[in-house]
Amino acid sequence: MECVKCDKKAIFLEPTFCKDHFIKYFEDKVLNTIKKYDLIDKDDKIVVAVSGGKDSLVLLYILNNNFENVEALCIDEGIQGYRDKTIKILKDFCSKHNVNLNIKKFQKEFGKPLDIILKENKIKPCTVCGVFRRKLMNKYSKEYDVIATGHNRDDISQAILMDLLKYNLSLLSRLSPVSGTKTRKGFTKKIKPLYFISEKEVMAYSIILGIRTGFEECPNVEDAYRLKVRDELNRYEIKHLGTKKNIVDWYIKNHIDIKEKIKNSELVLRSCNRCGEPTSREICNSCTMEQKILSKDTLKVL
Amino acid sequence: MKIHIDKTNEEVEKKFEGTVKRLLETLNINSEEVLVIRDDTLITEDVELSDNDTINILSVVSGG
Repeated sequence: MECVKCDKKAIFLEPTFCKDHFIKYFEDKVLNTIKKYDLIDKDDKIVVAVSGGKDSLVLLYILNNNFENVEALCIDEGIQGYRDKTIKILKDFCSKHNVNLNIKKFQKEFGKPLDIILKENKIKPCTVCGVFRRKLMNKYSKEYDVIATGHNRDDISQAILMDLLKYNLSLLSRLSPVSGTKTRKGFTKKIKPLYFISEKEVMAYSIILGIRTGFEECPNVEDAYRLKVRDELNRYEIKHLGTKKNIVDWYIKNHIDIKEKIKNSELVLRSCNRCGEPTSREICNSCTMEQKILSKDTLKVL
Repeated sequence: MKIHIDKTNEEVEKKFEGTVKRLLETLNINSEEVLVIRDDTLITEDVELSDNDTINILSVVSGG
């Protein structure tokens, strides 16, 4: 099939573009999202949350090429055989593209790597990992104006569907291209520049630009409810093309109404008595978890 | 045809002629979750494959 813009052979079908037109389409789409949703100001100090996977590397690549003050932040949970590999990819990438990379380890921050925490406690890996990662991301992004994450349209459509299935309007209200603005004390503005880009498009771009990473799967991933939703959505997408885009488009049209609905039930934030991070309770979720699952000799007052 | 499936790191030898779309169906792979490469170039689902081809099927989905 030919590219819809020229007579070269297409390398991608939805939309049907040759290599050069695909690159232009992709980069324009990311930069237009940034402009339309006012994600980044020209002089902003930007930190990209990176894992070493294709989404975060593609995002880092584009932001670093288009903005002045871009750095990378990686959370090393301590998952042997997985995170060590992605960190190597990340270090090579940041060195090649001259990006300052900050790595924060569970071992140093919480006294133990995730592998050991999971061995010592009967707890869902994604629960503890998610809470601790979010805490460190928030803590170490405070010196920046924005923190950018590589969430793509597939991630967003999955999250919307999951929150609908669980009827969690509070989480559902936080899925727009920008969240956690400075109006909420203690949070850095969070942005998702790949919001309207499909996972397949991100992968194609990463292959074309030679920044593709190998397939690395987190060994704890089978616990994630998200995977079931992802697989069902992908099965549905094959039969009904445009399903994931439609879910995201629906959300964009309705998220202000959703926010309005939960306005009165939004939690009032204060500082955690233990670590000072924003929370609705005396002790934040992460500190509560730390106190429960980390033995006293390794408990660290943050 | 020689096929490398990146997600499972499998090498498959298969007698096949037809489109990429048909090959993926035969292998029971959801085309929404992969990209296909032949001779270092991305190819689309409508491309006709020959039995002499060597292709690489790359997983698109994140590994968590």
